[in-house]
Amino acid sequence: MLNDFIILMKSELAVTVIIFLLLFIKIGKGMKNETLLSFIQVLLLINFIGTFFFNESGNLFGDMFYTTPLIAFQKSILSLGVYIISLVCADWLKKTPHLPEYFILMLSALLGMFFLISSGNLLIFFLALELSTIPVAAMANFDLDKKRSSEGAMKMILSSAFSSGILLFGISLLYGATGTISFPAITEQLNHSPLVILAFVFIFTSFAFKLSIVPFHFWTADVYEGSPVATTAFLSVISKGAVSFILITTLYRVFSPLQDIWYIMLIALSIATMLIGNLFAMRQQNMKRFLAFSSIAQVGFILAGMSSFSYIGITSVVYFILIYLFSNLAAFGVVSVIADKTGKENIDDYKGLYKTNPFLSWILALALFSLAGIPPTAGFFGKLFLLTSAGSKASYWYIIVAALNMIISLYYYLRVIRAVFMDKNEQPVEKLTLSPSVKLGLILCGIGIVVVGLLSWLFDHIQVLAMHQ
Amino acid sequence: MNLLLLIGAPLLTAIAVLTCRNKEQVKWVSLTGSFIQLGLSVALYFLFQQEKALHPGDQFLFNQEHKLFEAININLHFGVDGLGVAMIMLTSLVLVAGVLVSWNVEKMTKEFYFLLLLLALGAYGFFISLDLFILFFFLEISVIPKYLLIGIWGSGKKEYSANKLALMLMGGSALILVGILGLYFTSGHSFDIMVLALNNVPTQAQYIIFPLLFAGFGVFTALFPLHTWVPDGHSSAPTAGSMFLAGISMKLGGYGCLRVATYLLPEGAKEYANIIIVLSVIAILYGAFATMMQKDLKYINAYSSVSHVGFSLLGIGMLTQTAITGAMMQMVSHGLMTALFFAVIGMIYDRTHTRMVNEMGGLMKVMPFITTVFFLVGLCSLGLPGLSGFVAEMTVFVGSWENGDAFHRIATIAATASIVVTAVYILRAIGNTAMGPIKNEAHLQLKDATWNERLAAILLLGGILAIGIVPGWLNDLLQPAAHEIMNRLSGK
Repeated sequence: MLNDFIILMKSELAVTVIIFLLLFIKIGKGMKNETLLSFIQVLLLINFIGTFFFNESGNLFGDMFYTTPLIAFQKSILSLGVYIISLVCADWLKKTPHLPEYFILMLSALLGMFFLISSGNLLIFFLALELSTIPVAAMANFDLDKKRSSEGAMKMILSSAFSSGILLFGISLLYGATGTISFPAITEQLNHSPLVILAFVFIFTSFAFKLSIVPFHFWTADVYEGSPVATTAFLSVISKGAVSFILITTLYRVFSPLQDIWYIMLIALSIATMLIGNLFAMRQQNMKRFLAFSSIAQVGFILAGMSSFSYIGITSVVYFILIYLFSNLAAFGVVSVIADKTGKENIDDYKGLYKTNPFLSWILALALFSLAGIPPTAGFFGKLFLLTSAGSKASYWYIIVAALNMIISLYYYLRVIRAVFMDKNEQPVEKLTLSPSVKLGLILCGIGIVVVGLLSWLFDHIQVLAMHQ
Repeated sequence: MNLLLLIGAPLLTAIAVLTCRNKEQVKWVSLTGSFIQLGLSVALYFLFQQEKALHPGDQFLFNQEHKLFEAININLHFGVDGLGVAMIMLTSLVLVAGVLVSWNVEKMTKEFYFLLLLLALGAYGFFISLDLFILFFFLEISVIPKYLLIGIWGSGKKEYSANKLALMLMGGSALILVGILGLYFTSGHSFDIMVLALNNVPTQAQYIIFPLLFAGFGVFTALFPLHTWVPDGHSSAPTAGSMFLAGISMKLGGYGCLRVATYLLPEGAKEYANIIIVLSVIAILYGAFATMMQKDLKYINAYSSVSHVGFSLLGIGMLTQTAITGAMMQMVSHGLMTALFFAVIGMIYDRTHTRMVNEMGGLMKVMPFITTVFFLVGLCSLGLPGLSGFVAEMTVFVGSWENGDAFHRIATIAATASIVVTAVYILRAIGNTAMGPIKNEAHLQLKDATWNERLAAILLLGGILAIGIVPGWLNDLLQPAAHEIMNRLSGK
């Protein structure tokens, strides 16, 4: 029993150990921020590597917690994301006066996400969702002297409280309809009664809040803009990734009897999300707001992939999130470096960047082309696989709309590329010297963007994991 | 021959370019790399002939298949037929010429050559792919280089042109993507061209997918209402960029129209053939008349490209074996011709710093070599016998005439009539620039072509003459490929 407990919950335990370690460091004498950060980076790297070993499937606490190799793989992706964030945002992190607290919060949120993905029961699902949200609101407030940061944190906590309320209401209705809170038991009891459908819509709404699916996206841009870049990156990549993972499991496993209903919902929401995200992104000046809307549009594509209700659907979503992680973190990394050293965040400030900072420019270009889905970057494969899996069910019209959205998105990504490579600027961003960890993080992302698309065995591996869960 | 060499050579050259230390190294490395590719493509031609003699029944030679994404059934499947070989030779020739004429690029030389090689890589990959997904991948690879080449090294309203080109081509790709997914789901979850050809796509689906694919590839090859990126893109691009755009990129579209749309969807092709004919005749005439009004040399060639590419689309729409062979020949011929045209315009512009016809005159006296080449390529464009343009256009016309009904006859006559207009604008442009008195005193000091420019011109001119004087070899190469398409069209 104890062995099972340790092996099945090893990722959760590892993160908990790190959290306590940081807590003791904080209570104790404390270290210099730079040493501490390197120490944390090493810990996170070990944590990431550790996720690859001893991955078994099993249940704990009477189906409350379950894990499979696919879930373990998803946890590896999230751990990798946190590690890369600790690298690319190093400059900001070094300066923050409460470094241990920041990582305690971030890792608590990560712990919540681990439990979220592994949850087999509505109760633990709700607890985990809360654990993964509330620390992030505190993280959003970490630019302590900036008003916008507090404003963002306020918006985040209010909107997540609201969505938790809706979720709880949905859970209580579902319990009323089925008489159980365990996922497998719910699936057996589900029918098409209005009560169940209402409960499903409420539960889905809270997912929509977390994923910022249109029309539940209003908090996104403000929170992204106000928060420190590390938090924004965490929100847009790790948080979105984790919620996408659990959403796909919930839809495919728990709510599979309602497939005819959520299919239509996904298609409609996906079109709205892509369209609104893209159209708003076109008009943004601030890079963080720009990336916020672009990530809303990306969620539209993730929903498209989910709609297929097949193993290819799961595979392409997981694969896409891995690619999205590299692309988005690279973009946020560049934004973070420039914002931190010069305070410039607007697209116009990026004019002439290539002249002074070719390395940053190429990384940014790779990231944006990958987000736009243009080869040879991995984003091309990610997006096409999502559309391929969507195409197995959807009509031509839907694919055409999605493809048209790729054109719109290319338009605004090209705006940034144009500013960086073509536009002239009297006072471009000066030549920046990158610290080794930032450089390492950006190079990791760059390699990920170029290579992951060609790693066909990885895709097939995810497919195998998805089929054997 | 291992076709992966054709992808490996440009890739290695591009990587080698990145590691170079100074501009001289960059130039020589790219030139060596591109000559190696030219050598490979010539070797491919001869090996193809040998192999074809051994296996006359096989459609695609040098087949190789590697599993890639097994879950979605995407494989790296490569192979070439005569059309592919011809297009690969065209690509390598234009690449060598492009590298040579860009010898004086001073701004970000390394990046320039890197992007140029990436563009060639995309084209090679596209022409050897027999898996639609991989083919699409290579088609899309060229979007970034084209955008950056025009936007950074271009002239005039370059940002606007670069954006327009990237977005319109992306729009074309979007249509192609939908079409490819349609093929995948209607016939047995495969992207493989050979498998799809065997599976026979249901007729009803063909009626939906064919226009998507044809219009999508049509954007690339300037099908009439979708051609608007051509004039802006070509005129803003740097010389080598224009050569690539007109010489190769537009041919990607033509190749796709033939290999993917017409070959895989014969019923669709028959259904929409008349529309294609109408559109291409409009393109031919509209392009020709629009060229008459242009004063900028690059715009002249850009609009005349719309007109000339119209011939190859007309050939496809006519659905006879001769016409389709003609369409393929026109693709090769126009690729060489237009690349040379842009090269010469670039040489003239580098010296006179103007592209306006009315600001030049009497250039024959100061730069005899350049103007002679300009003459020859102009004559090729208006279809003078002995040069490639005549062979290709004549084949298209003869093939078109094989259709006996009034509609096809009228279309053929209208298309043929455009040659007169072509003669008017070509002769006028050449006459005004090369003949007459020198209008600008400063032009007296200009020098004739340097060694690299001469070499580029001679190579391309060699191609034009080789097709113009002995067209038999190209015909023998393309005829079997056209025959396969005809077999599909006649339902065998």
